[in-house]
Amino acid sequence: MALLSFERKYRVRGGTLIGGDLFDFWIGPFYVGFFGVTTAFFAALGTALIIYGAALGPTWNIWQISIAPPDLSYGLALAPLKEGGLWQIITVCALGAFCSWALREVEICRKLGIGYHVPFAFSVAIFAYATLVVIRPLLLGAWGHGFPYGIFSHLDWVSNVGYQYLHFHYNPAHMIAVSFFFTTCLALALHGGLILSAANPGESLEGGGKQAEVKTPEYEDTFFRDIIGYSIGTLGIHRLGLILALNAGFWSAVCIVISGPFWNQGWPQWWNWWLNLPIWS
Amino acid sequence: MRLWIPFAVSAGSLLVIASFVGAGWDAPPVETTQIGYRGTGMYLEQDVEKLEALKASNVAPVAPWEADPEGDRAGDLYENVQVLGDLSDDQFNQFMAAITEWIAPEQGCEYCHDLENLAADTNYRKVVARRMIQMNQAINVDWGDHVGTTGVTCYTCHRGQHIPVNYWYDDQEPKPASNMSRAGQNVAGKFSGNTSLPQNALMDYLMGNETIRVHGLTPLPTGSTTAGIKETERTWSLMMYMSESLGVNCVTCHNSRAFNDWDQSPPQRVTAWHGIQLTRALNTDYMTGLAPVFPEERKGPEGDVFKVGCATCHNGVQKPLYGASMLQDYVNALDTKGPTDVPDYSTYVPSETEVMGTGTPAPATPSSSSALPSTTSVAAAED
Repeated sequence: MALLSFERKYRVRGGTLIGGDLFDFWIGPFYVGFFGVTTAFFAALGTALIIYGAALGPTWNIWQISIAPPDLSYGLALAPLKEGGLWQIITVCALGAFCSWALREVEICRKLGIGYHVPFAFSVAIFAYATLVVIRPLLLGAWGHGFPYGIFSHLDWVSNVGYQYLHFHYNPAHMIAVSFFFTTCLALALHGGLILSAANPGESLEGGGKQAEVKTPEYEDTFFRDIIGYSIGTLGIHRLGLILALNAGFWSAVCIVISGPFWNQGWPQWWNWWLNLPIWS
Repeated sequence: MRLWIPFAVSAGSLLVIASFVGAGWDAPPVETTQIGYRGTGMYLEQDVEKLEALKASNVAPVAPWEADPEGDRAGDLYENVQVLGDLSDDQFNQFMAAITEWIAPEQGCEYCHDLENLAADTNYRKVVARRMIQMNQAINVDWGDHVGTTGVTCYTCHRGQHIPVNYWYDDQEPKPASNMSRAGQNVAGKFSGNTSLPQNALMDYLMGNETIRVHGLTPLPTGSTTAGIKETERTWSLMMYMSESLGVNCVTCHNSRAFNDWDQSPPQRVTAWHGIQLTRALNTDYMTGLAPVFPEERKGPEGDVFKVGCATCHNGVQKPLYGASMLQDYVNALDTKGPTDVPDYSTYVPSETEVMGTGTPAPATPSSSSALPSTTSVAAAED
């Protein structure tokens, strides 16, 4: 959507965290800022290194290009560039770019005088990524536990890591995370459907091809009170959506960080505590 | 008052506490073995403390003494020596001393023998032991593809116990209500790694000859493999059992991106394949045949004999006893085939001696042993 003429008034000076006025400008629609520069730097360097890694072979097939982490034997040390070192630098670039992006969001929030909900939410996604490639490898003692950067290869990694624990569906945090992902989809579908239904009421009850009036939130609330006896409300639905989505990402991070560092048997065995409850054992 | 809220909160808190306290969580450090190429996620993780405990409890005992292979043969000296007749007197006594320590260290000879007449087959356990010695010899001589040069002894399974700790049987409990079928699913299966996968899959695969490899090569089940979810879950149940038996995980033998593809699988899968064939053979050729000999208390709830599974020998370790071989002390007793005849156990009468027939005794020289020299490329690659 194009920038409306009156929206220019929101583009105000100040609110920066670093750099003062130096990077406090826009390029076209994009706010730059110090963190815009660092985002561009890390993203460009990381992408270039991925292309360099792809050029080392063995394939240019976009699906099969893979930048793999080092062998476990390197532990938490630096690896030679062609034996996982590239993966290490690209990981630094990725985290640099993601964190820069989040801080750029913070600066924009400060300019506008709004809350930090968006950068906070994005931080949860960064946290989930950092859990996979930094926190869990640190706990397990080797960078080789990170996932490879490749379209197919990272999927193969997910599959194999799941089968390291025999049956990942028995991972309790995985269960919670999956439930949150599904519930997020359900909530978003219900919310999207409800808003569209109020904005597109169709033909008036009076008939004659007359369009009904666009309905207000009171109609939306009434719909849900009629159907399930309760409506969470216009602000509440967005709180719910945010909480559901952040929990999905958060519990995903939990379910992988406990796999290995804190549980290294098959996940089905974890449930022995349930089988051994004094109620029936 | 909304009483359900405090009740629900308390119940939830109790369950959370139970799952934290009761689950036996591990903590770093973790010992990781890399199996595949870097970045494939093919790792085996083991808790350092648990690994120490496993290593401490899986130590091969030393032989009672070094046996002299010279001298008169046991078959000439003693009566009713049907399988071990070609051993020297010293070898025979050394093996009897060892087997006592392996299987009945507390009861001693009496556990199998009538002390008034050691030659008599009064005790059913002596009849079983004879057959088990034949089985042991067959494993070492015929199944080098699985046991390599390490081989097995009675101790591999028995570990000082009358009955190996890990065995399995036809598991139907709890039986569903009449006319209901849960297809063996939805209980924490004893022999399916505590999953809710089909609980009796071992009957299909380690007794029966059902097809384990269900992986289709076409997007829809239209190709040569038409197995559905049901067959797949049975296979998975077997794989859970195998993994738990060896203390390993799926990627020890498979790259999960293509479970079916031998070329992408670690070589251990070949060893495991031979192990499945071996286990089937032991159950069909040796264990079930002994059904008339075993008393009721040595049988499962469905009346079938206890059977051999991967865990029987492996006891939670990828290579039983961490690959230590005990065979060198018992070459003639366990690494050489004696007479292989089988008496007709269906006519078994307790206390009566059953003669195995006039089988041709195998030569007693160590050179006839196939387990010692027969190294397959697969077994060698296991390291």
